[in-house]
Amino acid sequence: MTDRSGELNSVSQASSPLRIRGLRKAFADVQAVDGLDLEVLRGECFGLLGPNGAGKTTTIEICEGLTAADEGTVELLGLNWSTGADELRQRIGIQLQETQFPDKLTVEETLKLFRSFYRRGISMEESIRTAQLEEKRKARVGGLSGGQKQRLAMATALVGDPELLFLDEPTTGLDPQARRHLWDLVDELKQAGRTIILTTHYMEEAERLCDRVAIMDHGRVIALGTPQQLIATVGGEDIVEFAVTHSAPGSSEQVRGVVDAARLTAIAGVQSHRVDAGLHQLSVSELHTTVPRIFAALAAEGLHMSEFRTHSATLEDVFVRLTGRNLRDE
Amino acid sequence: MNKLELSSLYQLTMARFRLLSREPEAIFWIFIFPILLAAGLGIAFRNRPADVLPVGATTPQLMQAMAADPGLKATQLDEAAGGAALRTGAILLLAVEIPNGVAYKYDDTNPDARTARMIADRAIQAAAGQRDAVHAENQLIHETGSRYIDFVVPGLLGMNLMGSAIWGLGFAIVEARQKKLLKRMVASPMPRWQYLASFLLSRLVMLVLEVGAFLGFAGLVFGVPFRGSLWQLAILCVLTSMAFSALGLLISSRAKTMEAASGLMNLVMLPMWILSGVFFSASRFPAVIQPFVRALPLTAANEALRANMLQGVGLNHLLTPVAILLAWLVVPFAVALRIFRWR
Repeated sequence: MTDRSGELNSVSQASSPLRIRGLRKAFADVQAVDGLDLEVLRGECFGLLGPNGAGKTTTIEICEGLTAADEGTVELLGLNWSTGADELRQRIGIQLQETQFPDKLTVEETLKLFRSFYRRGISMEESIRTAQLEEKRKARVGGLSGGQKQRLAMATALVGDPELLFLDEPTTGLDPQARRHLWDLVDELKQAGRTIILTTHYMEEAERLCDRVAIMDHGRVIALGTPQQLIATVGGEDIVEFAVTHSAPGSSEQVRGVVDAARLTAIAGVQSHRVDAGLHQLSVSELHTTVPRIFAALAAEGLHMSEFRTHSATLEDVFVRLTGRNLRDE
Repeated sequence: MNKLELSSLYQLTMARFRLLSREPEAIFWIFIFPILLAAGLGIAFRNRPADVLPVGATTPQLMQAMAADPGLKATQLDEAAGGAALRTGAILLLAVEIPNGVAYKYDDTNPDARTARMIADRAIQAAAGQRDAVHAENQLIHETGSRYIDFVVPGLLGMNLMGSAIWGLGFAIVEARQKKLLKRMVASPMPRWQYLASFLLSRLVMLVLEVGAFLGFAGLVFGVPFRGSLWQLAILCVLTSMAFSALGLLISSRAKTMEAASGLMNLVMLPMWILSGVFFSASRFPAVIQPFVRALPLTAANEALRANMLQGVGLNHLLTPVAILLAWLVVPFAVALRIFRWR
């Protein structure tokens, strides 16, 4: 993953809407971005994935022209912020974390306002349709749900018909249903061929939406590739998840069982073990031969599995492998 | 959308109107409160037949002597009760009989008490046989323009122009900054000057409404005079409002929280409420601080508004206050633009 030269050379200069070289930014004594190189391809959905504090927002805000870099260059659509700021603002769309639009304006009024900032763009109608806010067009922003507010933010980013769309943690704080709704919206934008750069600390979001992902930690990119490529670096392993119970003596009640981790990792084919909210997670190779051995080991302990599932390794597992930490631990 | 609707300056200004008109509290403070205040002051300080002053006396003779004057309302009290009545303000003066005449107990820092002292003494001396050496008679004049309500209306107008400009701009900008809306706006291609200009434009329109309502009320209900040219009065109102808008912009140029902005606004406005001649003339303050008092924008505004409304003075004779207001418009605006925090 450290050698990306071949990949870079295959990208023609003109077709790259975003190019970052040697980017550094420090706040007081924190090095938020520490030597970052990235290249985003036209028409792709590119994800910056990392825990809170990894430098994702700082990176994206430098790209958006909101923060000045200490060092390094950022080139967007062949322009840069020092000479082409006005032009760039016309051609990119931005959705920031935690923008609160005025509560007492309606959805339509807010979109008309933002539409008026752009020389060209889609109609207010079209932005309402894209964001699926038709029923809320006359509603005041203060009365919208979290998901609707986020879709409004998305609509304000789209009114200028941007060539490059920045979405900073678009689903943070949303309930699962609103999150899925927003994912569908991003899918549609991808289908329409827009170049999207999004940050997230949800690995399932990155896997679901992004064509390529850069995993960030401490202001650096620690892995870059398609979600499938990154997951393959874990070794093509599978993850086995289960919870165990055992019957308390003299009672039919099932109580949560305790498993000795050393006993689990001793099973042939089990690479590692961790427990997340009562759920045991084993990364295993040779799923078909290892699973029967796990069953046997638990049965020998007098334990029952109350849940059992396997899945292929995820970006979360990639992050754990690279840093030894959970994405969500931060 | 038509052409006007595609203009960002129009949209920004309309957004200001919509937000203001959907804020009932703002409507109250801008339109209703100044009128209530003027009404309250007008009623409290209305020109009554000269006040009848309550006084007390320790003997029936003194009481009757004082009661003979229509300007006094005398009651008989013993010294202890009289002392208590003095302290609670139920009477202004207590006349006490002493072996060689009469002693007056009163607070000489209270103008009413000093008046009561003079009337009471005259009544008691007259009852004892004193006669005027010179014949005197009174010819009373109650002229419009010299009443307290006439004095206070231009002052309230100046104060209201200050409050609506500073609060209107300050809170809206700091709220937008706190809610990260300002950051979102500057990330868009919105011309930054238009954002600030939209505040000034909406202010100008609101100004017509709030000044019209307030002065209309003062003119119709209290007959406050408008002796100067009305368009010059309009110019003064616009200049005053713009100067305070610039100050509001400066106050809100850095503040990140509403609390910080609120504190700063009070810090700026409180001295002017007291010093700038809203409720009483600014010339009452000691000579040492007069240069400071004169340099305050509200002092200049009140002086110019009073001169226009009460004396009909033209703008060409108001160059000093106009120059002071212009300076308060230009300097804070220039500084605010330099230090403004857009995120």
